[in-house]
Amino acid sequence: MSQSAEAVQDPALQYQDDEGAEMLRVSDLHAFYGESHILHGVDFDVKRGELVTLLGRNGAGRSTTLKAIMNMVGRRTGSIVINGNETLGMPPHRIPRLGIGYCPEERGIFASLDVEENLLLPPTVRSGGMDLDEIYAMFPNLYERRRSQGTRLSGGEQQMLAMARILRTGARLLLLDEITEGLAPVIVQALGEVLVKLKARGMTIVLVEQNFRFAAPLADRHYVMEHGRIIEQISAAELPSRREHLNTLLGV
Amino acid sequence: MTMIFGVPLAVFMGQLMLGLINGAFYALLSLGLAVIFGLLKIINFAHGAQYMLGAFAALLGLQYLGINYWVALLLVPLVVGALGVVIERTLLRRIAHLDHLYGLLLTYGLALIFEGTLINFFGVSGSSYPVPEALQGGVNLGFMFLPLYRGWVLVAALVVCLGTWFMIERTRLGAYLRAGTENPALMQAFGVNVPQLITLTYGFGVALAAFAGVLAAPLYPVSPTMGSSLLIVVFAVVVIGGMGSILGAVLTGLGMGLVEGLTKVYYPEAANTVIFLVMILVLMLRPAGLFGKEA
Repeated sequence: MSQSAEAVQDPALQYQDDEGAEMLRVSDLHAFYGESHILHGVDFDVKRGELVTLLGRNGAGRSTTLKAIMNMVGRRTGSIVINGNETLGMPPHRIPRLGIGYCPEERGIFASLDVEENLLLPPTVRSGGMDLDEIYAMFPNLYERRRSQGTRLSGGEQQMLAMARILRTGARLLLLDEITEGLAPVIVQALGEVLVKLKARGMTIVLVEQNFRFAAPLADRHYVMEHGRIIEQISAAELPSRREHLNTLLGV
Repeated sequence: MTMIFGVPLAVFMGQLMLGLINGAFYALLSLGLAVIFGLLKIINFAHGAQYMLGAFAALLGLQYLGINYWVALLLVPLVVGALGVVIERTLLRRIAHLDHLYGLLLTYGLALIFEGTLINFFGVSGSSYPVPEALQGGVNLGFMFLPLYRGWVLVAALVVCLGTWFMIERTRLGAYLRAGTENPALMQAFGVNVPQLITLTYGFGVALAAFAGVLAAPLYPVSPTMGSSLLIVVFAVVVIGGMGSILGAVLTGLGMGLVEGLTKVYYPEAANTVIFLVMILVLMLRPAGLFGKEA
């Protein structure tokens, strides 16, 4: 499509690959669904190659934060800088072309497409994405079921598919919303292994997660949200000493 | 002479052929309606008027600019499709966030404007468009006489229908369309320009209607009201087939043409109502339509 050519030619969209640089900076982000004010000044940042979690209770605004980054909510104010590009004024379809892959909480597998069509659906946004062979090597189940209707897969397989299809696009920043929700422990473990591999490939990952035991060993830093704000930041090193405090915040 | 249930074979086949030709138009038009409905969720009430504009553009092009049939067959869908693009960009997009009922009302209003304007200048009596030279005459198939132009209409309509089916079900662009129909917000989050996709889809659906109009010009009188009378039947066909499937729209269109043709042979009085009777039956037994997905 013409858009991929546009993404390469537009100098504002050139991909900067300096190590340690900031991948994402969200400042004073407010978001609204109609009249309801959901995010009340969210501030956080993610460095290149980091895996960062957004923790919090239901309704704290974690999923909305990811959606707001993708410009999928109503009105937004504040600032969202991705790879040095301010994205607040960008139309939704331009944002992924900065190298972002989004995996929605409801997974968003398309019923009218088979597994391989689902996998090939998202347009390439950067070079250097995984090819189909690599993806099938990482998710062998998907290869076996590549001709099945997307929504005929089990919940775990659908989650694998929702992850796999954004790896093909060359996205370098992944926004993953509740990927372990409702899945069997063995699948959750497999997803954990996938995340370790992606991190080793230099991917930057923002993980919205309810399952803290899943997220804790993977993450470099944790942000805790409440009432549409970030209220706490805890690094992996601080985690053992602040575990109890975190449990209080999360209400577990 | 061979008889089929008391009807001479040639008459029987002739009516079947007429039914199939009507069915080809039902198929082309309901296909366009289904494509537009899929992505825009709007029932395009201007579809009949856009079909009529196709026929009129061919007629006026021939009379005033000397554009022949074959050029018109390519050019008119592009021009009328471009008009569709303008309608989507300037009108439909503004009301896309409202209840889809407003889209229906808007397109209905547009249909009235197109028809009324042309009636004002050309009246309702209709003019005839000459059959292109290469397709004049016919061939004797042994069991019936087939006018060449009718054979051509059938082939052309089937090729366009199958081509559209292939594009939607088997290509990447078609996968975008199907996925955009299901979850446009997620498609945007993958980097697909959905508003552009919507514009092109509406333009394409309108171009299909205009193509059908050009095909119809040498067969039926070209008049400003030719679309509105046809569209009522096409809506019944869409209800029978269900909005769910492209192939379903095509098969139902052809099938209903045949049913109509057969009725003309055996009980001509019911020929104009039989499709609506089928519609009532289908609505009672399978409300989502023959090929529709049950909600």
